[in-house]
Amino acid sequence: MSHVKHWHRDLGTPPSSSTQQVTLTIDGMEITAPAGTSIMHAALDSGIGIPKLCATDSLAPFGSCRVCLVEIEGRNGMPASCTTPIEAGMKVRTQTESLARVRKGVLELYISDHPLDCLTCAANGNCELQEVAGAVGLREVRYGTSGANHLDQARDTSNPYFTFDPSKCIVCSRCVRACDEVQGTFALTVAGRGFDSVIATSAGDAFIDSECVSCGACVQACPTATLIEKSVLEHGQPDRMVKTTCAYCGVGCSLKAELKGDQLIRMEPDPDGGANHGHACVKGRFAWGYATHRDRVLTPMVREHRDHAWQKVSWDDAIAFAANRFGAIRDRYGRHALGGISSSRCTNEEVFVVQKLVRAAFGNNNIDNCARVCHSPTGYGLKQTFGTSAGTQDFASVNTADVILVIGANPTDAHPVFASLLKRRLRQGAQLVVVDPRRIDLVRSAHVEARHHLQLRPGTNVALINALSHVVVTEGLVDEAFVSSRCDHESFNRWRAFIAQPIHAPELMEHDTTVPADQVRRAARLYATARNATIYYGLGVTEHSQGSTMVMGLANLAMATGHIGRDGVGVNPLRGQNNVQGACDMGSFPHELSGYRHVSDPAVRGLFESRWQVPLDAEPGLRIPGMFAAALSGSLRGLFVQGEDVAQSDPNTQHVADALRALDCLVVQDLFLNETAAYAHVFLPGESFLEKDGTYTNAERRINRVRPVMAPRAGLTEWETVSRLSTAMGYPMHYNSAAEIMDEIAGLTPTFAGVSLARLDRDGGMQWPVPGVESHGTRILHEGEFVRGKGQFMLTQYVPTEERTSRRFPLILTTGRILSQYNVGTQTRRTANVAWHDHDVLEIHPHDAETRGIAEGDNVMLASRKGSTMLPAHVTDRVPVGVVYTTFHHPGTAANVVTTENSDWATNCPEYKVTAVDVQPMSVRERRDDA
Amino acid sequence: MTTRIFVPNDTGACSVGADEVASAIQMAIHREGLDAQLVRSGSRGAYWLEPLVEIESDEGRIGFARVEPRHVSTLFVGSPMPDRQHLTCIGRVEDLPFLKDQQRLTFVRAGVIDPVDLDAYRANGGFEGLVRACTMTSAQVVGEVRRSGLRGRGGAAFPAAIKWQSVLDQQAPTKYVVCNADEGDSGTFADRLLIEADPYQLIEGMLIAAHATGASQGYVYLRSEYPRARAVLTQALAHARRAGVLGRDACGPGRSFDVELRMGAGAYVCGEETSLLESIEGKRAQVRFKPPLPSIQGLFGAPTLVNNVLTLAAATTILAKGGEYYASFGAGQSRGTMPFQLSGNIRRGGVIELPFGVSLRSLIDTFGGGSLSGRPLRAVQVGGPLGGYLPSALWDTPLDYEAFANVASMLGHGGIVAFDDTVDLGVQAEFVMQFCANESCGKCTPCRIGSVRGVEVIQRIRRGEAIAANVALLEDLCETMEAGSLCALGGLTPMPIRSILRHFRSDLIHTER
Repeated sequence: MSHVKHWHRDLGTPPSSSTQQVTLTIDGMEITAPAGTSIMHAALDSGIGIPKLCATDSLAPFGSCRVCLVEIEGRNGMPASCTTPIEAGMKVRTQTESLARVRKGVLELYISDHPLDCLTCAANGNCELQEVAGAVGLREVRYGTSGANHLDQARDTSNPYFTFDPSKCIVCSRCVRACDEVQGTFALTVAGRGFDSVIATSAGDAFIDSECVSCGACVQACPTATLIEKSVLEHGQPDRMVKTTCAYCGVGCSLKAELKGDQLIRMEPDPDGGANHGHACVKGRFAWGYATHRDRVLTPMVREHRDHAWQKVSWDDAIAFAANRFGAIRDRYGRHALGGISSSRCTNEEVFVVQKLVRAAFGNNNIDNCARVCHSPTGYGLKQTFGTSAGTQDFASVNTADVILVIGANPTDAHPVFASLLKRRLRQGAQLVVVDPRRIDLVRSAHVEARHHLQLRPGTNVALINALSHVVVTEGLVDEAFVSSRCDHESFNRWRAFIAQPIHAPELMEHDTTVPADQVRRAARLYATARNATIYYGLGVTEHSQGSTMVMGLANLAMATGHIGRDGVGVNPLRGQNNVQGACDMGSFPHELSGYRHVSDPAVRGLFESRWQVPLDAEPGLRIPGMFAAALSGSLRGLFVQGEDVAQSDPNTQHVADALRALDCLVVQDLFLNETAAYAHVFLPGESFLEKDGTYTNAERRINRVRPVMAPRAGLTEWETVSRLSTAMGYPMHYNSAAEIMDEIAGLTPTFAGVSLARLDRDGGMQWPVPGVESHGTRILHEGEFVRGKGQFMLTQYVPTEERTSRRFPLILTTGRILSQYNVGTQTRRTANVAWHDHDVLEIHPHDAETRGIAEGDNVMLASRKGSTMLPAHVTDRVPVGVVYTTFHHPGTAANVVTTENSDWATNCPEYKVTAVDVQPMSVRERRDDA
Repeated sequence: MTTRIFVPNDTGACSVGADEVASAIQMAIHREGLDAQLVRSGSRGAYWLEPLVEIESDEGRIGFARVEPRHVSTLFVGSPMPDRQHLTCIGRVEDLPFLKDQQRLTFVRAGVIDPVDLDAYRANGGFEGLVRACTMTSAQVVGEVRRSGLRGRGGAAFPAAIKWQSVLDQQAPTKYVVCNADEGDSGTFADRLLIEADPYQLIEGMLIAAHATGASQGYVYLRSEYPRARAVLTQALAHARRAGVLGRDACGPGRSFDVELRMGAGAYVCGEETSLLESIEGKRAQVRFKPPLPSIQGLFGAPTLVNNVLTLAAATTILAKGGEYYASFGAGQSRGTMPFQLSGNIRRGGVIELPFGVSLRSLIDTFGGGSLSGRPLRAVQVGGPLGGYLPSALWDTPLDYEAFANVASMLGHGGIVAFDDTVDLGVQAEFVMQFCANESCGKCTPCRIGSVRGVEVIQRIRRGEAIAANVALLEDLCETMEAGSLCALGGLTPMPIRSILRHFRSDLIHTER
């Protein structure tokens, strides 16, 4: 297997979805394929070779290269097989003397304008032009070398990850089409005409300065070395491949790690990936260099006191040290003095053993995970209403949606691969409603425009969702048939009476939300009357004091309009991290065992107790904020934190730091000495996703395999570390592999009953519930009936947040993510992605900037009631007057210094999205301080 | 009674001074106090007579040819009717053999009426076809077109009724009629002349097509090099809308039809129907592959009838007088009339509308009157820049589609360009390839690279370098371009090259150096 690209059999054009079968003859072979299939696809699928250059099966046929020509009996000329659909009874010939002559003639033309440096070309051995030239038997180029050519065109090396060498370009437009059709950014074009046609960014800029989002789809689509990864230029072609799953956002892209020996050369998205279908973003495809960054800590370290220097020790010593400390705390203060925080960045298997460590070895339920600070209200809200703490659809469901409501999410930055799918659907004609305080890119960008942008004031989500539902109920838009057959009548009638109250009318809510009432009414009608309407939401919904209320409000709206329980509809959280769903599924919560079963249920507990041979605590443990409070009060003395930088990511940094400082023993397991590690006594090296073995579960409940691309760099897997710690603390834990852990999960968790790593290896990712080995998973939830039986409507009284603006703090700060960076930046800051975003900025409306004397790029002081920080201002009307916005990717920004401890009433999810602040230019602030 | 004086407002006429003549006449009317009215008409298409001033009289319109502003003071001396002895007078225009011997069905009003005068259009037989069409079902209208044997006048000669039927057959909420007025072939000007002389005929033709196919919106795609046509058509569309000819209920109660004028931006390839559609959609004008045919998935993805100006115009005659009437003209599979456009080195150039079937020779001799230079004619290129160059031995070929295909040539859009014996067809061969290179959209490889290599190879041949090898390479290239190109631009470029290799080989191939 010499050609990496051939690990995917490229059939030239996308498959047809027709159910009608057509039979034709190609080269004397009778072939049956779905109507609408191209001759090329049908032929290649049957093993009949047809040369091609501009065709690739991820893109619509284009018909420009003219090497795939065929002859069809009864038709004139030589139609292109990529653009000609099969017809019944058609007789096609793919190999004739005249076809051979014309194909060779076309290749001769290509090569007459192509450098003859194959031996030293980075694509050597993996070049479609080279391959086709060989296939058609091109032996000489009679046009000579003196003619017009593009050989002296300058290379563009501005992108940190790939180069563009127009001298090697065959102008097949695959890059342009990939940017348009797959990514949906429209950053590339063909400039000039005829022979002068060259690929260019749309404004003629260098790639780095252009609208290019560096998703790499163009590089992947390029058949030559024109667009090629710098890593391939440097190291040569990869020679082996391992399929795995991206560890950034909750889309969970399937990737093919392509290696040369043990060196990772490039990541290519897997066309068979259920979530991403062959697409990736700048993070997943390119930003994996942190795994081998020199900052990685690869040796365990301990210290007596946190102000001592770290001592490098062996694994055995480190684990013994931690076990002794934890054991001493347990002996002295009792089993409730210990706790653990697991990570939604880690695998299901790792999370499972951490919660087992806490429950079985520590002997309590003080286990929580970072979903606490992002999507805990999703779990709560959807469980209350539908009965399952998960999104209802797969991503592909958006392909049949007609109206798409995006609330509090910015997919083009935070979930780019899903955004590409969404935008494709919008280009097909689906209507979009955006609910967001900011004018995110989806509101208006190339070939995408939201029908309505409900630009609400941060913190008024529930007022808005109530207004939308009010319109549905009072304008007769309720899907009565759905409600009466599928939902709980009593709760619906109560909700209907509640929501119909005039106080919820858009006209009255306008005062709070600032969204014009007629826009709300029109958006509600659009959503309610669509054939298929669907909701996608993000942390702009959950990270509020009424996060859970809002999630229930979304569920109410979907149920009332019947937009739930089939393809194209649903309520879908866009999960922030790769394994938020999985970390929650695995029982990494103080009150729930795996599969969302309450610890107080003796039957459930009994199941685990008999398997684990240890009594379990029936009382729910501490949530993360509770752990910090307990640490400050002295009741929690020891904490194990795996893969989460709470000191940077959790709200009110000062409060968190004080809590961590109060601990007798803090054990941190991570890739890097992060902010939290500054307070730790034991540091255990973790594994990057390239070393891990196990599974991640993405936002569509898809359990995807994570496979080790390289051996654990620190010598021990994370689940081995935890197992050894547990064993050292007196509760023996032994697994031989991640697969054994999954077997235990499957044995204890009905929704995972049919899951095993062997099955995932064989069948690909599966969406839970997978109730047994006969099940292939569940694409769409609540078909036929809700998991809880009847859909439950919940009352959603709007209660304004206590975080209010005042004369001193007149602006509202809201936070989010940017495309090239990821969360607190631990990983992406250690990659070349800093080329796009090397510092955080504060977006401020021109009006607010002017009244404060702030100009573009000025350093400003951002202050809240909790603290202050400094960062440069970016003056933009993307934010409305009265709202400022920043990202929290860089520790220097310390955005969470200013955020408050306000949190969701039901789940304690922090209210990151609303903080009353003021912003002043640094010079003014300094003057004031002097005075 | 006020005498009307007609001066063409036609691009061709104005290029030889018609505007200056018109303003001189206007001043003369004022100065001499004449009871006369200046009317800016279209052109009759007898370009060798332009500026052709016509003056109404009891005997009909009296023509004054090649009028210059300096003639005006001697033409109008106290009377709106000049002396018939004036050196520019050519007598009754209708009696001119150049016009009298034509069979005008489409250009019958050209040069006769004020192009934007809706009443004049109506009074001269306009809208008869539409009125009759409106009494018929869509299928009946298509049937009439089928009986007429009308084939696409843009060049491809595809049977019009098949396209019309195909659009009619589509079940779609929106359908379009698109008029291809991107008349880019060298030596062609009939589309422009018609739009400038008789724009309502095009509008009527589009309305008939809309009625026949169920389209609700029309587009005219006009090349940017035709600013006068743009002005005339813009005015005509505005008048038609005001008069209710276009707009709501244009095709009967509840069936609206309007026409939007879109301008090209100078690309020859936009005359190719699919790149024209791309251009209207606001995209880079690249050729689309077919299928899907535009009649099924055309403009903005909707079923779209794309026809040339003359095809749509012919529909007015066909509907007014019946398909059989139209089909009674012509020869073989080529029915009706064709407005041939004679230009180049020719004494009498212009539009000559004749039934198919007359010989090329009779056209260039009888109508054209031989070369302008007086030297013997040597080559005639028929069918635009991608048509074949024909030697005199083939000039007896009848002007019909099949007869021309049989001599490896084509009628195309009816352009006929004559060359005398000073022509170097080697230069022309290079020009053909250069034309393709200049105008290639760049999508498909045979055209994008092939045309540039073609120029280089022909240059080498003309320089006498490795002639045998380069001629073989040129012939191979022709095969690659013909068989491999995505559209007719690259696909037809070999036609004139091969005609030169076949008939004028010695012009291209000198002795080897």
